[in-house]
Amino acid sequence: MNHVLAPGMEGTAPEFAAQEGLLSWVASVDHKQIGIMYLLGAFVFFGVGGIEALLMRVQLALPNNHFLSPDTFNQLFTMHGTTMIFLVLMPMLTGLTVYLVPLMIGARDMAFPRLNALSFWIQIFGGIVLYFSFFDGGAPNAGWFSYTPLSEKTFSSLPGQDYWLLGLFAIGIGTVAGAINVIVTVIDLRAPGMSLRRLPLFVWMGFVNSWLMVMALPILNGALVMLLIDRELNAHFFTPEAGGSVILWQHYFWAFGHPEVYIMILPAFGIISEVIPTFSGKPIFGYGFVAASTVAIAFLSLSVWAHHMFAVGLGHLWDVFFGASSMAIAVPTGVKIFNWTATMYGGRLRFTTSMMFAVAFLVMFTIGGLSGVSFAVVPLDWQLTDTYYLVAHLHYVLFGGTVFALFAGIYYWFPKITGRMLSEHWGKLNFWSTFIGFNMTFLIQHLLGMMGMPRRVWTYPALPYWGSFNLLSTIGAFVLLFSMLVFIWNVFISLHEGALAGDNPWGGWTLEWATSSPPPTDNFDRVPPISGRRPLWDLAHPELADELVGRAE
Amino acid sequence: MSGILTLNPLSPQAAAISHLFVDILGVLGGIFLIVLVMVGYAIVRYRDRPGAAPPRQVFGSRKIEIVWTVIPIILLSIIFGFTVRSMHASDPPITPGTTPDLRVVAHQWWWEADYLKSGVIAANEIHIPVGQRWLLELDSADVIHDFWVAELARKIDMVPGHPNHIWLEADRPGTYLGVCAEFCGNEHAWMRFRVIAESAADFDRWQRAQLQVPPKPSGSEAAAGLKLFEQNTCVNCHTILGTPGNQSIGPDLTHFASRTTLAAGAADNTNANLYRWLKDPNSIKPDTHMPNFQFDDADAKALTAYLETLK
Repeated sequence: MNHVLAPGMEGTAPEFAAQEGLLSWVASVDHKQIGIMYLLGAFVFFGVGGIEALLMRVQLALPNNHFLSPDTFNQLFTMHGTTMIFLVLMPMLTGLTVYLVPLMIGARDMAFPRLNALSFWIQIFGGIVLYFSFFDGGAPNAGWFSYTPLSEKTFSSLPGQDYWLLGLFAIGIGTVAGAINVIVTVIDLRAPGMSLRRLPLFVWMGFVNSWLMVMALPILNGALVMLLIDRELNAHFFTPEAGGSVILWQHYFWAFGHPEVYIMILPAFGIISEVIPTFSGKPIFGYGFVAASTVAIAFLSLSVWAHHMFAVGLGHLWDVFFGASSMAIAVPTGVKIFNWTATMYGGRLRFTTSMMFAVAFLVMFTIGGLSGVSFAVVPLDWQLTDTYYLVAHLHYVLFGGTVFALFAGIYYWFPKITGRMLSEHWGKLNFWSTFIGFNMTFLIQHLLGMMGMPRRVWTYPALPYWGSFNLLSTIGAFVLLFSMLVFIWNVFISLHEGALAGDNPWGGWTLEWATSSPPPTDNFDRVPPISGRRPLWDLAHPELADELVGRAE
Repeated sequence: MSGILTLNPLSPQAAAISHLFVDILGVLGGIFLIVLVMVGYAIVRYRDRPGAAPPRQVFGSRKIEIVWTVIPIILLSIIFGFTVRSMHASDPPITPGTTPDLRVVAHQWWWEADYLKSGVIAANEIHIPVGQRWLLELDSADVIHDFWVAELARKIDMVPGHPNHIWLEADRPGTYLGVCAEFCGNEHAWMRFRVIAESAADFDRWQRAQLQVPPKPSGSEAAAGLKLFEQNTCVNCHTILGTPGNQSIGPDLTHFASRTTLAAGAADNTNANLYRWLKDPNSIKPDTHMPNFQFDDADAKALTAYLETLK
């Protein structure tokens, strides 16, 4: 890759390279090391949350099973949900964002490297506070949504609930700090020529997502403090017998909670928007529409929260409004699916493991998106909410969507991060076992919900087919376990024996592929000239540069 | 099909949802097939083959973008229209001032049913006359619960400090499974109930029987059981008409033996199960609020005999 002199870059990264060994990580303010630590930390919690899920699936494999006590089961589903959301999906996506955004915009580091480190360590601290509850009377057991009054001291007297409140409070601070850092980085540190209309879509999604975090997380943190004051200082925000309102908590929680769903999916959209074009050999179809639809989704996501509350009995007027806004959000989401699919048309598709996960994402996420529409149809929500149909829906969004996209992203950027390729051989096994295990676990749960099985039950009666369908789901969960073990093996073996990646193993066009793998501490000496969205394409095909060819859109 | 409760409606309200559900499933399934075919075609047709020409660099098309933005908007607008219409059919508006027929109060983890017009108090089994549309008031004594009988009506939360109302009716006589659908603590799983719809005559007979004060038990074992009930702290939580017990912390037991299940659906109401329940409630429903009284075998047997007289 012939580097071209670009206008000089201002500022240099702080020099901490003198540290060695573990200290070079703990004391690091390098965005790449912090990004890797986010990913590793999240992967450890992914293992923990996965084991929690497996224990629940074993308990549910048979009707009237007594493998777990109800209290243990409730702790497990509370911790599984909280862990996967706050300690796995968010930090994994943040890790990729923190690693890639400076590289993609041609910067040497984040705008605030020390704040970057602080955000990470606060987030880890929050996770430790949350898990410390196991050593102090038991984990929280009121669900990841912790509805009042069940989560009030009257009904949850153990300190587990307080660890939950404090842990999430810390994570919320770390998340907002990290988001502000990404926003400032994208606004301020773009290399010359990198206008907002030329940003890689992964950066666009991370940028919009960071705004969403800044808007949504403080709502949660405020509510957490109110509940903590209720519990520890005997206030009555959410206690009806003293004039408080239990529904108020739900409004706060979902005013955060629904944007949160998009916080967990927008960066995944960003990954897909990078992977599919590269392996199709074509630019993204409708760049402007993909970016604009992201902004639309972010705005709409702030006005749909009460669709989590259709069963509360708020009245038809509320239900109609939030049903309509929830349906509206399907439009920009659909636009994305169509654009990604159109990108593949007329291309030369290379089915690497990364691309296979990305294509599977298209189909799996479509299932989750469509079942989501059935919840915007208010009367269907009245039947289906709080059943296994909803469990299936959310896993098609967050696993079939986000986790599949994360695997696409990890297979795609692992060579950049480590300098070595992941094995395609083990990768294919990883993909197929994930795909089969995932669908085996969750497809049948749609039907269980339609049959009347509520969620969050530690056991269930032996009604016709309930046992066999649940057993099938449990077997699927063990196939998923196998697939994750294959992935760990692949990482392990590839770190030692993987082929050397070189700067740009996939023929990518964004700036991270212009530097070495792994990149040096300060990322670039000089960045290539940026006169379009695909600087490395322009460099390789000067006669076909995007600016010359023009855009049909 | 009958096992798929949400598609097996037995009331006009549930039927309105079920019909909409089938239509929406068809539409969503159709859209999914379109996406599947589009993606499937792309991965077969455009798979990289040796010697293929480099792909043309296409950046998009405003026309196509408008098409796949506008078509979903039209489709969703139609769905929205059907949504609003069936909201009215499945959850008909209630004229203000209508007196409820039945008040259901959810407790951790059982159901209290107060028949407001006749004064009957039942638990975990709700009898209604077939073909009559009853107005239910739903309330909670502690945390948030949710009242859900999939074959008969929408689900709706039971929120402390915020009473909700729904219509309940059944087209045909039968027993319909109900369940708490909002997580409400450790025994959320065993907070089930049954709605028993019967002819007007049968319902009247049931209601009259429920209003009777049970006669003093005649057998000596059952009489001993009554004494145990009165002397122990049973009376601090349970009501049995004709005894000092008049509390509603636990289910009203006045006509306990007329019910089909025990502990809100955790077991069938048989002699053996009742005995086991009295000896060790946790063996049937772990973490139930019913305490273990450490009854010896004779006492447990006497109480069983007494409770089984409460037809």
